[in-house]
Amino acid sequence: MEISDKKIRTETKTLSVALIGNPNSGKSTLFNALTGLNQKTGNYPGVTVDKLTGICKTKQNNISYQLNITDLPGTYSLYPKSMDEEVACKVLLGVNYELPDVAVVVTDASNLKRHLLLTTQVLDLKIPTVIVLNMIDEANALKIKIDIEELQRITGVVVVAVNSRTKEGFDELKKKITEAKNSSALFYDLVKFKESTGAASYKEFISEQFNGKTDLEKLENFEASDSTYRFNLINYIYTKCIQQPHHADRSTSEKIDRALTHKIFGYVILLFVLFIVFQFIFFIAEFPMNWIENLFSFLSEKTFAFLPAGQLSDLLVNGLLAGLSGIAVFVPQIALLFLFIGLLEDSGYMARVSFIMDKLMRRFGLNGRSVIPIVSSVACAVPSVLGTRTISNLKERLITIFIIPLMSCSARLPVYTLLISILVPDEQVLGIFNLKGLILLGMYLLGFAATLITAFVMKLMVRSKEHSYFIMELPVYRLPQWQSIGIIVVNKVKIFLFEAGKVILAISIILWFLSAHGPGEKFATIEKNYANSIMNISDSEQKNELLAQMRAKKLEASYAGIIGKAIEPAIKPIGFDWKIGIALITSFAAREVFVGTMATIYSANDVENTENIRTKLQKEKDPTTGLPTYSVAVCVSLLVFYAFAMQCMSTMAVVYRETKSWKWMMGQLVYMSGLAYVSALAAYHIFL
Amino acid sequence: MKTLAQLKLGESAVIKSFTDRTLALKLIEMGCLPGERITLSNIAPFGDPIAIEISGYVLSMRKEEASTVVLED
Repeated sequence: MEISDKKIRTETKTLSVALIGNPNSGKSTLFNALTGLNQKTGNYPGVTVDKLTGICKTKQNNISYQLNITDLPGTYSLYPKSMDEEVACKVLLGVNYELPDVAVVVTDASNLKRHLLLTTQVLDLKIPTVIVLNMIDEANALKIKIDIEELQRITGVVVVAVNSRTKEGFDELKKKITEAKNSSALFYDLVKFKESTGAASYKEFISEQFNGKTDLEKLENFEASDSTYRFNLINYIYTKCIQQPHHADRSTSEKIDRALTHKIFGYVILLFVLFIVFQFIFFIAEFPMNWIENLFSFLSEKTFAFLPAGQLSDLLVNGLLAGLSGIAVFVPQIALLFLFIGLLEDSGYMARVSFIMDKLMRRFGLNGRSVIPIVSSVACAVPSVLGTRTISNLKERLITIFIIPLMSCSARLPVYTLLISILVPDEQVLGIFNLKGLILLGMYLLGFAATLITAFVMKLMVRSKEHSYFIMELPVYRLPQWQSIGIIVVNKVKIFLFEAGKVILAISIILWFLSAHGPGEKFATIEKNYANSIMNISDSEQKNELLAQMRAKKLEASYAGIIGKAIEPAIKPIGFDWKIGIALITSFAAREVFVGTMATIYSANDVENTENIRTKLQKEKDPTTGLPTYSVAVCVSLLVFYAFAMQCMSTMAVVYRETKSWKWMMGQLVYMSGLAYVSALAAYHIFL
Repeated sequence: MKTLAQLKLGESAVIKSFTDRTLALKLIEMGCLPGERITLSNIAPFGDPIAIEISGYVLSMRKEEASTVVLED
């Protein structure tokens, strides 16, 4: 007796629970409040839809339960109109995916009527179901009275009222999930259903739409009559269970709308919001980014001090630590962008941005929600690509991802600065304008123009099976839920670190190997040659000069150097020599590496000092003609090349992560490289 | 035939039928059923899209989409 008692106490039952509901039902907030940081992001095989799962533990009648909760994409019905909605439906039907043990239908208690369509459909699938009346606090504030007893009687399942903000009703909800049962009620017209569909059950008929054999017209006919039938039923349920003194009070929301969608103030306010977002991602993020970089250089110093000089310490510091630092440095920007996107979405403002920007963005095949990612890509493409998740239309999301890296990001700035300083050595002024500043502005405009033109061309080229609807809800304005946004930010950072991070780390180690190793004995010979001369010199300046020369010789002898020389014939037409070729290879990791590599190749002894590199480059003369190597034509060609070329493995890694497609990632790489090459070719010949 | 696209700001009318089948299904599942009263509550700065109020909540849609919603006279 004692033993078996103990056994029961230690036993844990696992239940898979699927959260389903309309968009704006507060489903994700409920999910975040139930599972907290106990979340994981995975994939539904074959589609780009993220699978959000989380664990919630509870104990009922001395039995421990582990609820594995999945937050399904929001949908209005079981007749999916997009890929996200299709995944939600398939899970509930057990088509391609494992059928959950319990379905939890999340509804907005303050606007229940509209949520009952999906609710009655799910009940007809005959899986154990619990109905959640979410945001019950708002319903109470609006003096909406819901007769839960009557609703339970009609629906045949348990109904629980909760408030995701205060977690009121959560204990009850967890208990009811463990006891969930099938509904005994029937919400479709059984006689007509059998006549018109010939299917044995509602579930069977709904499942048929995914086997590829269904007659679309038959399905659409049934969908129309099914929805109408259900709404009639819902009107009955509504009059029986709900007392609403008047419609939801939208007067406050309307007043806010009048300002935020005003034809002048609407755009002024949007510009101000974009300015704030931009300030944070461009300037404020720099502080934590510097801390991260300092931390990693501190770790590098310690590793060099701790380990004997050689292959291992070189691999650890210049390969591994440099790679990790290159990943971690993106975290502040990603976290800040998602904080803002979360605030804008949660408050209801993002839907208004979409509303006032739709007509402008539509022309370019973009979505109103593309605005924030495009603007923040001036700081960095990596968080921006991740931020396109908020665009629900697949075609518009893909186009936005494709064009984002063409905007001039902050990593291009060091490259632009160096090249422009060679191009315009002195402070030349055109009227009141500084020439350097004008060229820099021109580079940003060039990127922006390429972005819009590419979007326009893509709009004509990309075919999509999904319809491009703009029908969406403008939700009432709400105060954002900080806790829920915080959880989303942490999850996004985790996705980036563990999924895109792997790819970035692998490529950065390969690139490190290419530039730190070479074939045969060349490396050893160079080191030996210089070792003697360096030893014999006491003057530290001369010593540094020699060390810099040795680094340059080693880079030339490395695999990267060999590749750089090998591609010279290909880049000669755009005015690049093998030295620039090496920089192209190494800066494939990140554009700003260009500056450091140029410094090493030209044996600048102070790699950190741009002034020093500039002087070296300006002095460089073509051995055959005697003219400066870095002529106007070469500089302009390089500027244009770096404006358009992909040259960023981190962006490629997140593009792959977000599109789940090698085709899109490689297509983008080929397009951008091609555009860069052709434009550089044109620029070189114009300025030659 | 009067459509939703012709409604003036603040004006309201009753939905009669739809001219686009696929769009109709989308609108129906969002609560725009024939017989429901709708009010044009907002128009975006460049005249498109528009926002309509229907049984206590607001939907936005493009003019092109609104022109498939036929209203009672």
